[in-house]
Amino acid sequence: MAPSDMAPSDMAPSDMAPGDMTPATARAATNGDAETVLEVQDLKKFFPVKRGLLSSTVGQVYAVDGVSFTIRRGETLGLVGESGCGKTTIGKLVMRLLEPTAGVVKILGTDITAVSGRGLRPYRREMQMVFQDPYSSLNPRMSAGAIVREPLKNYGLDGGSIGGEKQAEALFARVGLKREHMAKYPHEFSGGQRQRLGIARALALNPSLIVADEPVSALDVSVQAQVINLLMDLQVEYRLAFLFISHDLAVVEHISHRVAVMYLGKIVELTDKRTLFTTPLHPYTEALLAAVPVPDPEISRQRLILEGDVPSPINPPSGCRFHTRCPYAVERCRHEEPPLIEVQPGHAVACHLREVGAPPIKLEKRASATA
Amino acid sequence: MAEAATFERAPTPGAEPGRPILEVDDLRVHFYTRDGIVRAVEGVSFTLNRGETLGIVGESGCGKSVTAMSMLQLLPQPPAKIESGTVLFEGRDLLTLSDRKIRNVRGNEISMIFQEPMTSLNPVLTIGLQITESIVLHQGLSKKAANQRAAEMLELVRIPDPKQRLGEYPHQLSGGMRQRVMIAMALSCNPKVLIADEPTTALDVTIQAQILNLMLELKKDLGAAIILITHDLGVIAETAERVVVMYAGRKVEEAKVKDLFSRPLHPYTHGLMGSIPRLNEVVEEGATRRLQEIEGTVPSLIEPIPGCAFAPRCTFATARCHREAPPLEQHRPDHWAACWETERLEALRHGPE
Repeated sequence: MAPSDMAPSDMAPSDMAPGDMTPATARAATNGDAETVLEVQDLKKFFPVKRGLLSSTVGQVYAVDGVSFTIRRGETLGLVGESGCGKTTIGKLVMRLLEPTAGVVKILGTDITAVSGRGLRPYRREMQMVFQDPYSSLNPRMSAGAIVREPLKNYGLDGGSIGGEKQAEALFARVGLKREHMAKYPHEFSGGQRQRLGIARALALNPSLIVADEPVSALDVSVQAQVINLLMDLQVEYRLAFLFISHDLAVVEHISHRVAVMYLGKIVELTDKRTLFTTPLHPYTEALLAAVPVPDPEISRQRLILEGDVPSPINPPSGCRFHTRCPYAVERCRHEEPPLIEVQPGHAVACHLREVGAPPIKLEKRASATA
Repeated sequence: MAEAATFERAPTPGAEPGRPILEVDDLRVHFYTRDGIVRAVEGVSFTLNRGETLGIVGESGCGKSVTAMSMLQLLPQPPAKIESGTVLFEGRDLLTLSDRKIRNVRGNEISMIFQEPMTSLNPVLTIGLQITESIVLHQGLSKKAANQRAAEMLELVRIPDPKQRLGEYPHQLSGGMRQRVMIAMALSCNPKVLIADEPTTALDVTIQAQILNLMLELKKDLGAAIILITHDLGVIAETAERVVVMYAGRKVEEAKVKDLFSRPLHPYTHGLMGSIPRLNEVVEEGATRRLQEIEGTVPSLIEPIPGCAFAPRCTFATARCHREAPPLEQHRPDHWAACWETERLEALRHGPE
């Protein structure tokens, strides 16, 4: 996609004027590179809660509430969080499968939230999605070959029966499927093969960005590795930008370059994976990492086990949304919402107890912390 | 690490403080379907000792859940058919008990927790009614006493306001709460054995940590033995004492948890361990390791498999492996594996070091 038709205001992110909400975030989230494929600014999505005969709106689900990040070419941003934290909604907003309540989603510099209908077509081919359940995302009545050729046909790139066949064949080979598989139907494939098929379809239009929503969660452990390796190989080969959404921290750590941790519709921490997994600064990240069972019986760890459940996003807690479960929470956390700020170069965190430039010391548990 | 210590903690079987409470021998369960006979469980044997946590690990379709379900006669027959085997529980073979007698065992002496608490709880009955049902049935308590006991159970599994919760319906509870209710129900009659089939798979990791912790604490307090069925090696490593690894309806390896993770003897177990991404691995190695892949997929259970079920995917497989099924043999103390080529796997492990 030629970025020449960008509006003049859509500059490279490094030149971006500090936003009104979270100036430091934008910088932490960006690495100041003209290679930015996806840029999300202060994205919000609220779903109305309707009740009663007349379906009057009685509240809002704050699914995504002010999220900003960028992804560069060849980079994987992992998005982790527990169910209901809004990570899937972000994926759908980026793909423009959902209309955002507010905020900006820029694909290669163009704000696609302002474009609609046919105008979206050139952007749609730049972004493709790989879904969690490869079975329900493949048309059962289409042969595997036809599934992979469909996006090419949509864009008039099929090149007739012979050309299209050739292209599909190359894609099949690339994702580790055989030529004979082209005539088969989705139900004839195993879970791992179906996911390969989904990946081949996503690659067909040579996109810049792939949004992968839990792409390996439904797969067996032994097959997971095949698909993860394939995704990582393809990324290097095509310099793809990945938004990798998953609840599995070990998988996210393995595949990502940078990781954003979400809690109740907000990013609470965002940094490169090495920093995140060695020196997490947000108490929620710390708890999340501590909760992952480690496949090594020789390691016995002191665990920080969080109490209680994730609060409802319909009525999120005041102040810091994590304060109801946070063992370190202080009075301030209950009233004042901490902004996501860059406390160390490239390390953004939304926590009152972490100040800019402060050393990443362990926090002290507060006796006064209450649920 | 601490190899000697591992053996110290493993005295001869029989002499274990926990004697066997449940012995499964040569269990064989087939399903008669339109497409053919699915050989879901093919001759599985294992022992559960008193007060022990036994992990059963394997991928989907390996027969781990079918094994558990058939032990309590929970599979509809047909299509399922128990072709052979015995499940001895305190001297009785559970597989031959009448409907009435097995009902006295289920939920009373042996309880089960399932993966999806929403589908295993009745949506139109209150939590209280569902917990008291089994207490009244098995323990013969009065309604009032049963209610009291149910409230105690909810308190035990750390549900706030237990009295009030008794009057609520499953949909009013979160996933973690529902699983706590399931545990409360399962433990309400002080079972001797608790079978937990993927008890935390549907839960978020912070909730999973709570539930696993809770299960292990309650086990310590109440002295029940646990069979924990899961596909998650992390959960196994953190909770189980002994582990059975299943593949394609067969038991391929059994060992104490430390031995299994430090020296897996079956190529499948070895492959599984190499295929999972691990937390903080990057930090240790500086660069991302390529995950070890296990080529191919799990075999169809409809076609009879003459040799080793893992042979088509195994890098060590020889002609013999495809032809003859390897017997389960004890290679090291308390460490069993069904593999013809274990020595080669061991050599590989020691070779490069």
